[in-house]
Amino acid sequence: MSRPVALFASFCALAAASLFGALLFGAFPISATQLLDSIVFPIPGLVHDVIWQLRAPRAAAAFACGGLLALAGALLQVLLRNPLADPYVLGISSGAALGALMAVVAGAGAAVMNAAALAGALAALAVVFAVGVRAGDWNVYRILLTGVVLSAGLAALVSLTLVVAAQGQLRGMLFWLMGDLAYAGNPLAAWIVLIVVGGLAVAHAVKLDLLTLGDLKARSLGAAVKPLQLALFAAAAIATVAAVLLAGSIGFVGLMVPHAVRLMGVTHHRMLLPLAILLGGSFLTLADTAARTVLAPQQLPVGVLTAIVGVPVMLFLLGRKRAQL
Amino acid sequence: MLSCSALTLAAPGRVLARGLDFTVRPGEVWAVLGANGSGKTTLIHALGGLAPEHAGTVALDGAPLSSLGAHARAARVGILLQQEDAVFWGSVLDYVLLGRFPHASAWLGWQGPDEEAARAALAAVGLAEYAARVYSTLSGGERQRARVAQLLAQDPQVLLLDEPLQHLDLRHQVAVLELVGALASARGRCVLMVLHDALWPARFCSHALLLHAGGVVEHGTAREMLTRERLERLYSCPLQEIESKGARFFAPV
Repeated sequence: MSRPVALFASFCALAAASLFGALLFGAFPISATQLLDSIVFPIPGLVHDVIWQLRAPRAAAAFACGGLLALAGALLQVLLRNPLADPYVLGISSGAALGALMAVVAGAGAAVMNAAALAGALAALAVVFAVGVRAGDWNVYRILLTGVVLSAGLAALVSLTLVVAAQGQLRGMLFWLMGDLAYAGNPLAAWIVLIVVGGLAVAHAVKLDLLTLGDLKARSLGAAVKPLQLALFAAAAIATVAAVLLAGSIGFVGLMVPHAVRLMGVTHHRMLLPLAILLGGSFLTLADTAARTVLAPQQLPVGVLTAIVGVPVMLFLLGRKRAQL
Repeated sequence: MLSCSALTLAAPGRVLARGLDFTVRPGEVWAVLGANGSGKTTLIHALGGLAPEHAGTVALDGAPLSSLGAHARAARVGILLQQEDAVFWGSVLDYVLLGRFPHASAWLGWQGPDEEAARAALAAVGLAEYAARVYSTLSGGERQRARVAQLLAQDPQVLLLDEPLQHLDLRHQVAVLELVGALASARGRCVLMVLHDALWPARFCSHALLLHAGGVVEHGTAREMLTRERLERLYSCPLQEIESKGARFFAPV
C-alpha cells in the first residue's frame, strides 16, 4: 500500500472516530452501547434526541467547517504561491465579523446578523477582487497585499465596534472573533459547498501542481493560467464564506492542516486535498468535542483549542524533519 | 519547423527588433546571441507563445501558433525558462513528471509511460538517483538539470532554451549541449537557444541569430555569423579568435 493510500485509510478512520466521539461525549452521559443502539435501532427518547438533535448537527458543522478551512487554505497557498496564506487573507472573516458585530450593535436578531455577516464577507471579497484582481495585469502579490491591508483596516473597525458596544453584547460578539461552533446553524449548505468545491478541486488537481511552478512555466506547459486562478479565487472564497458563516473565524486549521499533510510527505494535490479535508474536518471535530467537555458545563471557543492543541503538534512536525515549506 | 515573419519584439517603451523573418528547420540548432537587454528572452517568449500580442506571426509547420490551444501548443513547443519562481513542494520526479502535462490525461493523472519518460529524462541529465529527493533541496546546478529533464520529458518538436547553461559546471554544460544537439540531429528537433558564452556557439550550433543594439538583427549559418568582427560589435568588447583542433573559439582579449 503506497503511503498516500495508507494515510487516506487512516484519515478516514480518524474522521469516523472523531465523529463517533463527538456523538458520544458531552455533558449528558451516554454510553457507547447506547450510541451504537441509537445508530442501529433509532428509538425516540431523551438519549436519541441528545445524540441526533444536539450533538449530530454540531459534529456535522464542525467537520464541514474544518474541511472547508483546510481546503480553502490549500487552494490559497497555491493561488498566492505563499506558504503563509490562510483562508482569512482575503479579508473574508474580518468583513463577516464587522458586518455581524455592527448588526449586533444595532440590536438586530440572529437572522439579520447572519445576513450582515454574509454582506460583510462579500463586500470584503469585492474590494479584494476589484483592487487585486481586476486592476490591469493580474498579480497574485497584489491580491495578497490587498487582502492583508483590508483585513488590517477591518480589524480596526471591529475593535471600534467592540469599544462602542454595550457590556452585555460583548460575549456574543467574541463568537465572531474567536470562532465557536456553539451558535452554528444548519450545516447542510456547508456540506454541499465542501463536496462540490472539494470534488472540483480534486478533479483539477494536476493543474494546481502545475501552478506551483509559477505562472509562466504553467502556461508554457499548456495550462490556461488566468481562468485557473480565477476559479481558484472563487473556490477558496466560497469555501471560506461557508465556513465563516457557520463558525466565525477559527484560526490555525486553514493555515496548518495543508502543511501538516505536506510534512507527512504528500505533495500531489490529488491526494493532498482529500487528505487535508479529512484531517481538517477530524481535527476541528475533535477540538470542538474537547471545547464542549473539558470545562463542562462551560464551553470554550473552539478557536482557542485549535491553537492550543495544533501549535505544539505543528512545531513538533516542523522540528522533526528538514521541513520544506 | 518553426518560422516567424515580420515579427516585432518590444519591451515597455522601446522596440527591440523589427521585422524578424527566419525559419528553424528540423535538425538545426540556432544560437541567439546579444548583449544584456537586447531582447533574447523576449524573442524566446514570443516564439513560445508566452508573450502577449505582438506584431507579426510565429508559425509551426505553417500554421500560426496563435491558432493552437495552449495544451496543443505545449505538446509541440517546449520552453526552458531563464527564471522560474517555483514554490514546489514535491520530489524531483514529481517535478519532471509535470513536463508530461501536455501529453497526459488530466483526469487519469500520470500513467506508466509518463513515469518512464520522466525517469529516462532524469537519467539523461545524470539525476537518476535524485528522483526521490525533494526538489527544493537541490543545488542550483542540479535544479537546472532537473528543469532540462522536465523539458526532455515534455518531448516537444521545438525546443526553446533560455540560457540552458546557467549554474552548470563545464562538464554539464557540454553534456546538455550534446544532449540538445543529439535531439536535433538524431530526432529532427528544432532547437533555438540563448547562449551567453562565445565559447560554445561555433562548436555546437548550425545557425546563429545576433540581436545588435538599436534593433539590428542578423542571422545565418554559424560560419557566416560567428566572426570576430561581428561578435566584437555585438558585445562591444575586443575579442581574440582561437583555433584549435579544427574548432573555433572566441575569448576576450
